[in-house]
Amino acid sequence: MRTDQYQGHDYYMMDDLLTDEHKLVRDAARAWVKKEVSPVIEDAFEKGVFPRNLIKGLADVGAFGPYIPVEYGGAGLDQISYGLIMQELERCDSGLRSTASVQSSLVMYPIWKYGSEEQKQKYLPKLASGDMIGCFGLTEPDHGSNPAGMVSNFKDDGDHVILNGAKMWISNAPFADIAVIWAKSEEGRIHGMVVERGMEGFTTPTMHGKWSLRASDTGELVFDNVRVPKANILPGRSGLGAPLSCLDSARFGIAWGAIGSALDCYDSALRYSKERTQFDRPIAAFQLQQKKLAEMITEITKAQLLTFRLGQLREAGTATSAQISMAKRNNVDMALHIAREARQIHGAMGITNEYPIMRHMMNLESVITYEGTHDIHLLITGMDVTGENAFK
Amino acid sequence: MKILVCISKAPDTTSRIAFTDNGTAFDENGVQFIVNPYDEWYALVRALELKETQGGSVTTVTVGGVDCDPIIRKALAIGSDDAVRINTDPKDSLFVAKQIAAYAKDNAFDLVLLGKETIDYNGAVVGGMVAELLDVPFVSFAIKMEVNGSTATLEREVQGGVEVVEANFPLVVSAAKGMAEQRIPNMRGIMAARTKPLQIVEAQDVSTSTTIVRYELPPAKAAVKLVSADNVAELVELLHKEAKVI
Ligand SMILES: Cc1cc2nc3c(=O)[nH]c(=O)nc-3n(C[C@H](O)[C@H](O)[C@H](O)COP(=O)(O)OP(=O)(O)OC[C@H]3O[C@@H](n4cnc5c(N)ncnc54)[C@H](O)[C@@H]3O)c2cc1C
Repeated sequence: MRTDQYQGHDYYMMDDLLTDEHKLVRDAARAWVKKEVSPVIEDAFEKGVFPRNLIKGLADVGAFGPYIPVEYGGAGLDQISYGLIMQELERCDSGLRSTASVQSSLVMYPIWKYGSEEQKQKYLPKLASGDMIGCFGLTEPDHGSNPAGMVSNFKDDGDHVILNGAKMWISNAPFADIAVIWAKSEEGRIHGMVVERGMEGFTTPTMHGKWSLRASDTGELVFDNVRVPKANILPGRSGLGAPLSCLDSARFGIAWGAIGSALDCYDSALRYSKERTQFDRPIAAFQLQQKKLAEMITEITKAQLLTFRLGQLREAGTATSAQISMAKRNNVDMALHIAREARQIHGAMGITNEYPIMRHMMNLESVITYEGTHDIHLLITGMDVTGENAFK
Repeated sequence: MKILVCISKAPDTTSRIAFTDNGTAFDENGVQFIVNPYDEWYALVRALELKETQGGSVTTVTVGGVDCDPIIRKALAIGSDDAVRINTDPKDSLFVAKQIAAYAKDNAFDLVLLGKETIDYNGAVVGGMVAELLDVPFVSFAIKMEVNGSTATLEREVQGGVEVVEANFPLVVSAAKGMAEQRIPNMRGIMAARTKPLQIVEAQDVSTSTTIVRYELPPAKAAVKLVSADNVAELVELLHKEAKVI
């Protein structure tokens, strides 16, 4: 891959809305990505492995639980800082961002929000420093969009519970030290618990053959009569609302991350269009290419405004799940469209790994499906505005 | 060792350059400022490395207005202990050097480190002026610096090779590429920077010795002329007659 020449694009002077610290956090993440990740990402994607040597650096730039309070090893930053870090990571690769999203929003967040003080002390500082990596198990082979139907379950066994079932499509599973998983009690209520690698009957087979998110490891979680101490159950909240609140946090990060992918595609397409000459003119001079580029920056700018406002609402603690759904759905779709258009601007070069476009496009096919599919988020908005449930 | 690092702001290299006030001032509108790379990557980082091995402290000094605070915070996030901003609009090199020297004199630093030049005005003289005003040795364009008790051994790049210099502290050194490797601020550093002291001091003597008459942009890049590979004669002709370089 050629040197990473990326520059941010800020058509509406959004930077004026950021604090100096926001910019410092964002620029540090961007500089780290350019130095450490850009040179290796194409190779990692091609080989289909997450480069684990990046974990320390991810922790250093604050990608693991930046909004977790300082006393638990986090950076105590605000939601917009979290968003900006996710944007910079996904600007490079959605898989990189996924690893950080899962650790922050799906592992640290539930432990912080619903864990006991002992659980927080035990896990959060190590997760923040990258000494421990976590994964999040909600999806099952037969229950994706409908997690309420999950069959993973546990039975009481004194100080322990006996856990059975299987989770599928779990990011970070193959190398995670712990898994925050969701399963039903004997009464049929969903509870979260921390399952640790090494517990008997717990395995994490790797899933192969992905054409998307190849630089992120995905696997299964298999529970075969796993004895989990009751002390590992998250006491603070039960019911489907608990995992869904984690998804709110992760989706918020994805809304920012998708802007990163879109910016990278636009940035590359803009540069390429000025450099590439056909019919004696740079292709940027042709109306059809300008239409693509003008629409890209328009859509990016709209998404930036939407997402910044969502950041303010989230910081104030008033953002609704439906508002987060709207941003996730809009931004990922926007990024995918921009990736497709940007790929055409690059002509044949666009299909090669000389440019990041095709990788972003393939990655975004996962991003538009996980954390609630494009359809499901539409149904959430639909239900929110009509009051009618069209899910079932 | 007590180290002072001079930090200045400079426009991001991708900025569009324009002038105002009849071409006598740089138009800062819409320009993103960064820490002058020679100050940040080489002077500051080498100062931090010396502190890590020798002990002591690293203070940064900046001559400028409140708009410099973000770049000062960045230096604090990278690892300086505290910062001083001399609150005045920097007018010319001697003016800046006087401010820095006055502060350095009052605070008895062993070493003043700064970048070999700023990437905007490229004066490359502040270091020499500070040394003169403090009456201490100056080593310019250093690419390497080791400390041995009360002396420093420095390497300078000279035409076709390297010059090795020794000098006693206190000392002023301007740093060039090679002196250290860029450090990216980490989250711990960014958090620590929140509470590190940034002291604002008022300027001393604010008289200037030069005035800017005019800035001009270089002529726009002309179109490229392509000469076919087997037509060497035409290439030589063009280089001779049009480009006038041979
Ligand atoms: C790379 C990758 C990583 C992942 N990581 C994780 C992880 O870390 N943890 C985790 O728990 N999960 C993870 N997932 C799983 C992901 O969240 C699910 O794939 C997603 O929720 C969709 O579920 P499904 O694949 O079973 O699709 P299905 O639910 O079977 O959906 C298939 C299609 O039917 C549509 N559909 C479903 N229901 C309705 C309806 N009511 N009305 C209209 N249309 C409907 C969907 O929109 C979709 O188009 C990951 C997935 C991928 C691809």
